[in-house]
Amino acid sequence: MATNSDSTPLVRPDSTILNAVKAMALLRESPVGMVGALIVLFFVLLAIFAPLVSPYDPNATMLPFAFPGTAAPDGGVFLFGTDHLGRDILSRIIWGGQRVLFYATVATISAYIVGILMGLAAGYFRGYLDEIISFFANVILSFPIMVLYVLIIAKLGASGLNIVFAVVFASSPGIMRIVRGVTMDIATRDYIAASQTRGEGPWYIMLVEILPNARSPLIVDFCLRMGYTTITIGALGFLGLGLPPPDPDWGGMITETRAFVTGGFPHMAIMPACAVSLLVLGFNLLADGLREVSLRD
Amino acid sequence: MSQLILRRVGMMILIMLVVALLLFLMNEGDPRLIARSVLGPYAQDQQLDAWIAQHGYDRPIMVRYFDWIGRVLSGDLGDSIIYKRPVNEIFWDRLGNTGILAGVTFVVMVVVALTLGVLAGMKEGSAQDRVISVFSITTTSIPEYASAVLLAWIFVFGLGWLPGTSAMTGGFNVVELILPVMVLTLYGFGYVARMTRASMAEVMTNHYIRTAMLKGLPYRHIIMKHALRNALIAPFTVIMLQINWLLSGVVVTEFAFGYKGFGALLLEAALRRDIFVIEACGLAAVFVAVFTQTIGDLGYTYLNPRIRFK
Repeated sequence: MATNSDSTPLVRPDSTILNAVKAMALLRESPVGMVGALIVLFFVLLAIFAPLVSPYDPNATMLPFAFPGTAAPDGGVFLFGTDHLGRDILSRIIWGGQRVLFYATVATISAYIVGILMGLAAGYFRGYLDEIISFFANVILSFPIMVLYVLIIAKLGASGLNIVFAVVFASSPGIMRIVRGVTMDIATRDYIAASQTRGEGPWYIMLVEILPNARSPLIVDFCLRMGYTTITIGALGFLGLGLPPPDPDWGGMITETRAFVTGGFPHMAIMPACAVSLLVLGFNLLADGLREVSLRD
Repeated sequence: MSQLILRRVGMMILIMLVVALLLFLMNEGDPRLIARSVLGPYAQDQQLDAWIAQHGYDRPIMVRYFDWIGRVLSGDLGDSIIYKRPVNEIFWDRLGNTGILAGVTFVVMVVVALTLGVLAGMKEGSAQDRVISVFSITTTSIPEYASAVLLAWIFVFGLGWLPGTSAMTGGFNVVELILPVMVLTLYGFGYVARMTRASMAEVMTNHYIRTAMLKGLPYRHIIMKHALRNALIAPFTVIMLQINWLLSGVVVTEFAFGYKGFGALLLEAALRRDIFVIEACGLAAVFVAVFTQTIGDLGYTYLNPRIRFK
């Protein structure tokens, strides 16, 4: 019976799924990354099971100005208290988290699709196309990002779709720059020349040969960007340009209740502030851990 | 070097022109919308048409664009629709206020970031390094609007040390500046600190540092004279780029504390469609961002002898 001793080279499994599992296993080596992954997983589960775990209807007005731990009229407890309209803050944080995570994911993935396509094209075709794409990326990146968001949302109006559009518009140039750099590097490799000789079309080469090999910096950047988009959606809500009320979103919750922080009811705004910070911290730690692990290879 | 400067400045002007075009198309693309914003929702169609003809908005759009660029360059920013005054009378005060806030924040942030970055990077992997890294990644995860309420809770409600708003209604007051500066610094310093740490850690592995240590030079002397000079080149560019981020943070922070700066003005103008104020704020923001970016690039080239003497 053949056994693998340490001296015989192992055949590296090459399927994407196995690689993904391996990457997950590698993350175990980074305690920081694990903490981040657990925080993110916690919020994702909370979002998915929001209807089950949320104690109350997030928009139901019950007992205004209740502190955390107050008994609810129906016999339950307001764990995080209620806001000035008597809505349960815990429920609003859970449902708000679902909304924030949903829009952050959709917006970031859309920005990635646009950014990857532009970056691949610019880095692979080079020449005028690259010049044009890079110039417009420079123009967009020269805006202070919040100024750009305010201008776009104020012009288009506040809605989920417009937030997705604004995020794509503002962050795809940054993604494009990363992809372009990696593409220019990979395009000089022999296996690219080989597939060109085989007669593969340019988009096949870009999407099948180049993109999978560019994934490791992109995955780290994706986590960072998820965190940043979460911040942005909250900031827009805070400025009154976010997802439309009365359904909860964290930034909106903070802005509605922040006047009560100095008035003696700090929990109303502090709970959502902690929620958004914790989720962003999760994404940042996860990105940090992934970076550490990917550098170790 | 002079060729590089010329190319950079040329690029800067080109970017400004395109940004101006975008702002113009966004705000003044449709003359009827402008007339509507100026005259209000109850104006009749004939009044709108008359206003458009009277102010020359019936001309082709490119003519209007270059006309507008000419007026902006000669210092005429138009009239604010909300305030019914020339934009010039409001705008520069607000920009000055933001300049104070951003300037103080910038100095505090750079000092904090460089100090912590150097302290972390000079002993990579030490407990000191770990603590600083965890602290900076945590503060970077707390967005301005969250730290604004958290700090207000601690310092305004809890301890009662600081005022909760920074509207400066009773004239300029340094105490009202503390919270906004804290909020902006906490969120912003992490990135520069991180860069400084990486750069410092890299420099510390160099042979000339080992030589200096083996030669018996005092540790403080090695850090201050030998390591710092090389370690601070890379963060310099990042610091200049940070001004772009700072302007983003300023919009949120000024709103949070009611500070009368340009970010709050932009937000108000954007929400109430005050076209000429939006344009002035947009142009100023992008100008500062592009200008500092250019300085950052040129400074990096100048500071790095490997590029300078090539």
